[in-house]
Amino acid sequence: MKIKPHRKHPLWLAYILHRMSGLGLALFLPAHFYVLAMAVSRPQSLDYFLSFAANPLVKVAEFGLVFLLAIHFFGGLRLLALEFLPWSARQKTLAAASVAGAFLVSGSFLLRAV
Amino acid sequence: MSENTKTMEVSVWRGDENGGAFETFKVPALGSQTVLDVVTWIQQSADPTLTYRYACRVGMCGSCAMMVNGEPRWTCRTHVSRVLDGDRLEIAPLRNLPVIKDLAADMDPFFDKWVKAGGVHRPSRTRDEPIQQVNPEAPARVEANKGIECINCSVCYAACDTVAGNQDYLGPAALQRAWTLYNDEKVQDRGAILDAVSGPGGCLNCHTQGSCTRYCPNELDPLSAIAGLKRAVATSFFKRSA
Ligand code: SF4
Ligand code: FES
Repeated sequence: MKIKPHRKHPLWLAYILHRMSGLGLALFLPAHFYVLAMAVSRPQSLDYFLSFAANPLVKVAEFGLVFLLAIHFFGGLRLLALEFLPWSARQKTLAAASVAGAFLVSGSFLLRAV
Repeated sequence: MSENTKTMEVSVWRGDENGGAFETFKVPALGSQTVLDVVTWIQQSADPTLTYRYACRVGMCGSCAMMVNGEPRWTCRTHVSRVLDGDRLEIAPLRNLPVIKDLAADMDPFFDKWVKAGGVHRPSRTRDEPIQQVNPEAPARVEANKGIECINCSVCYAACDTVAGNQDYLGPAALQRAWTLYNDEKVQDRGAILDAVSGPGGCLNCHTQGSCTRYCPNELDPLSAIAGLKRAVATSFFKRSA
């Protein structure tokens, strides 16, 4: 698919990433709740599912999920900052960069912990 | 055209509101040539029935905007050398507006929305009262000044995907105008402005894609103006309900 020329700029990209990650998360959530509900209704199926989830492929998919979550989270923060803080563009870039940096550091620690 | 002049392949949209197709012309490539020069050459030397619109040729009037290789631009100030794709140029009427004929888009919806967004100045004093002094350094005036160089070219309107998806959406230029008036201390009824821009087609529809600010040829920032309106609408909502 060819991207229309008027869409080739960072703000539009940020917009579409935010939308797509939101859609992805919305699709994931019902499945998530369904599996959680198994803990109450059908513990055996849950155990079976958890052993399936130990599969390395599923681990990789989990990484994708965390990625979606991170994108959506920062997309939201970005929007809030852009629309509710009358800061200059430079201040916002700095703020976004520092938050992203902090996330990178804390995220890698988290990964080491698990 | 002499044998050794370099030429460009220029596809130009021909048609009206019922549809049409691109027609290709060979146009001589010259130094410091603008896209408007190319269109004019075609109309004067190849096909006099080509319809397009311009007036000032110096970036003041906002009448010459077209889609050039898929991007909205003011053609009188766009140098061919900056947009040429190999030796090809594709020129079409502005996006998001009805086509009158060929390259002339119908600007009526754009101007109607300007009025609908409350873009007409409603003075707070009559001519019999003394002229109101305005401090040029006051923060609100500084904010208002950021939007006053708009030339109504509709480039932002053509660049906006929200306009494309919602035909009631007022669009970047009209909303920026409303934000300018909102910050103008000579305007008395600020509530009326917020009412005009907070309805179904108003500022809350904006998805913050930022194409308006990216493409405005006068380097204005409608995106931030719309964000300002969103803040003002949210603040007044909480004030009213408190
Ligand atoms: S805001 Fe910029 S792009 Fe939009 S109509 Fe005004 S001058 Fe043109
Ligand atoms: S002809 Fe007036 S802005 Fe281009």
